[in-house]
Amino acid sequence: MSYIDPHIHMVSRTTDDYQRMAQAGCLAITEPAFWAGFDRSSAQGFFDYFRQLTEYEPKRAAQFGIQHFTWLCINPKEADDPGFAREVVSLIPDFLECPNVLGIGEIGLNKNTKNELIILEEQIALAEKYNQLVLVHTPHLEDKLKGTRLIMDALSASSLDPGRILIDHVEEHTVTEVLDRGFWAGMTLYPDTKVTPQRAADIIEMYGNERIWMNSAGDWGCSDPLAVPKAQLEMRRRGHAQASIDKVTLGNPKQFLSQSPNFKLK
Amino acid sequence: MSALKDVIGTCPQTKQQVIDTYFMEHRAKLVDIAAYLDRVDRGQGDDQKDFRATAFIRAIEILTDGETHRARRILNLLSDHTTTMAQSAEGMKGASGAVPLTDGGVA
Ligand SMILES: [Zn+2]
Repeated sequence: MSYIDPHIHMVSRTTDDYQRMAQAGCLAITEPAFWAGFDRSSAQGFFDYFRQLTEYEPKRAAQFGIQHFTWLCINPKEADDPGFAREVVSLIPDFLECPNVLGIGEIGLNKNTKNELIILEEQIALAEKYNQLVLVHTPHLEDKLKGTRLIMDALSASSLDPGRILIDHVEEHTVTEVLDRGFWAGMTLYPDTKVTPQRAADIIEMYGNERIWMNSAGDWGCSDPLAVPKAQLEMRRRGHAQASIDKVTLGNPKQFLSQSPNFKLK
Repeated sequence: MSALKDVIGTCPQTKQQVIDTYFMEHRAKLVDIAAYLDRVDRGQGDDQKDFRATAFIRAIEILTDGETHRARRILNLLSDHTTTMAQSAEGMKGASGAVPLTDGGVA
């Protein structure tokens, strides 16, 4: 079965993972800019990271026939110092011209602080100014519900079309509000802190397969770059129609991402 | 409570097929939870009034209250429902997965 993994941090993964993903049917991935597991000491560190995402990583993916797209931003965890964050944000416009950039992401909140919210709002304004798609990170665990609501309020206060925004890491207690407000929803198959393939299939059964996708968010933590094909198998063993499996793992990502002129599946 | 019935019948499998498919997997998880609670009992020292442990027991009550949407209700129970915001994350600890029940919502 073919699929797109629309949220995975390949800079933290090995080349073997690209090979296994290609074997499992991966056609394309999109890689949001995120926290590296440690705080960078300078804006220059982000400049190098953005070059890695726009120049180096697409070549590594292409070796296995996987198309690589990316999203740029300063992640919420490193956005708590507004002065530093603004320096990083000022680097982004030049990179938006790179052919594999789809938008601004993954922006959002981490600890739901006022400083994080200020930089979130400034990056929303950047997406407005450059007419970019937006990929949103929501906080984990006990902070998710409050953070998701704060983020949606900030987005709703902008002129951005909710149909061009995907709110990621939804779970059973946030998915309905996200969909009801017109946003797209992403489910992250990351067993410790997000959802399992079983729960992702449950959520689709309960809330439908419109405006929703799944991703592995594979990164440097305990995560699984093959989580999306495993969820396909989970849906299949329960008797979901093949068309529905294809819709949430290929058709929906294609539909959302195609709103960026830079997204063209070969 | 009728809103809790809105998802009945949405799984393509029959109830019997769900049990056939998943019982073993969740039997193992059930015993894991039991062993974890035993481990807390067997721990050294006085009984802990840890807010996470308290929320955990409350969550278990949701499992057996006979109403559906258990996953959503447990996640709500384990969520911060306050509306105040700190200026900065400086000095804050990482996420703990639960909140004192005074900050938690109605599940
Ligand atoms: Zn991520």
